[in-house]
Amino acid sequence: MIRFQGVGKEYPRTGIALSHITFHLRKGEFAFLTGPSGSGKSTILKLAYMEEKPSHGDVRVSGLSGRGASRREVAKLRRKLGIVFQDFRLLEDRNAEANVAFALEVTDTPKAAIQPRVHRALAQVGLASKATSFPRELSGGEQQRVAIARALVNDPFVLIADEPTGNLDDRATRGIFQLLRDINSTGTAVLMATHDLDLVRRADYRVIELNHGRIVYDSAEPPPTEAAGGAP
Amino acid sequence: MRLATREAFTGFRKSPLLSVLGIVTIAFSLFAFGLFALVALNIRNALQAVEERVEIRAFVADGTSPEAIATAMGDIGSFPEVQQVTYVSPDDALVRAKEEMREFSDVFESGFLPGSMDIRLRPGFRDPATVKAVADRAGTYQFVDDVRYGQEWVEKLYRLRTLATFAGLALGAAFALVAVIIIGATIRTAVLARSREIAIMRLVGATDGFVRMPFLIDGFVKGVLGGLLALGMTWFAAQTITRHMIQTEFFDARVAALGVIAGALIGLLGSLFSVGRHLKEV
Repeated sequence: MIRFQGVGKEYPRTGIALSHITFHLRKGEFAFLTGPSGSGKSTILKLAYMEEKPSHGDVRVSGLSGRGASRREVAKLRRKLGIVFQDFRLLEDRNAEANVAFALEVTDTPKAAIQPRVHRALAQVGLASKATSFPRELSGGEQQRVAIARALVNDPFVLIADEPTGNLDDRATRGIFQLLRDINSTGTAVLMATHDLDLVRRADYRVIELNHGRIVYDSAEPPPTEAAGGAP
Repeated sequence: MRLATREAFTGFRKSPLLSVLGIVTIAFSLFAFGLFALVALNIRNALQAVEERVEIRAFVADGTSPEAIATAMGDIGSFPEVQQVTYVSPDDALVRAKEEMREFSDVFESGFLPGSMDIRLRPGFRDPATVKAVADRAGTYQFVDDVRYGQEWVEKLYRLRTLATFAGLALGAAFALVAVIIIGATIRTAVLARSREIAIMRLVGATDGFVRMPFLIDGFVKGVLGGLLALGMTWFAAQTITRHMIQTEFFDARVAALGVIAGALIGLLGSLFSVGRHLKEV
């Protein structure tokens, strides 16, 4: 699935973003990535969907190594990942249906297969009735649902979510979180970065806590007995 | 491919002003190039016409026997460079001189001008070096007094032609480069306008080739349209020059097609360049 082994990430200008990151997200697992702003949550997710390459160690996603993957291999991998962001990243000039269909159109899905899959994905996120609405006509929660439908339409094995509730009010947050749980219950793994500790406490999922680019707590691993820092 | 074509034309529809600007830029670049090519073509044609008149004239001493002249002409005629040798008797020379300089026709008298062997060279052998070599060989006959072939004139002609060709190539290359940069900038603006879309495409697993395709089609179509427009403008310019100044020859169909292909290539190259750069950044 997703395996980080001794991963470090340095940027030429801002310096070290991550160091000694080792964890394994198993099939069908739900895990939170928590920690303060700048602790490295987003960088971990970027490494997972291979927007970034590790400076040290290796990231393996579904068998593909982040160190040596070609751009083409990364593109093919992303068709099996669902990625969701805080800012939804919808195309404003297309309605909900077209936004979801976009993910299939640009990956050479046969035309006849697109429509039914789009409808299924929109139904799954509870937006079947708003298929023809444009993003500006939808609430924040609804827009995030469209984004999730777009992430689900390719039947991903994992949903990677970067602060998916960061822009939403409480009610919408609860709705989106429940949706992610439902998705997880059908066997899709979820790796979700959040700094909303209420949300984390509400569910009994794995929690990986980061601080200053290091894992300081992982509920799935026994607490480190050494004085400093986890695996090299 | 169909989606890519649709995307490309969506780009046209969404930013018509920018698209027209891109096409017109290509057109003007190629037009400038076309005008120069037109000038070069016509200079070359004119040079060819002048070149055809390059002639070596070997003047024959008075009293040379017709047999000696005939033998020499046979010899010279068998040189591989020589197309034709004609003998111009003193009387013929007088007639010709009177025709060429009518104002002075009454000044000329019989016997005033020497006879000559006029040597014409085959096309491809009219360069200064060959002309001089043949002239020197003609000069070796004892009865040949003098050989004239307008040495300076021939050399100047060739220098002019070489200059025209090189200037054409250099300026053409410069114009083409400018056109590539300008169309690259136009496509880059289109790429930036759609950067959000590109980011989402890449996020959901579109390959670089897929992302690139609409822009390549966009650049190609703009290039072809720009090329056609430039062709039209150049043709119009040629017509105008013909009407008001001097008879101008236009490109043949093959060269015209090459111009449009060049436009397409400029468009493709420009978009490849700017999309490539964008993909490298994201």
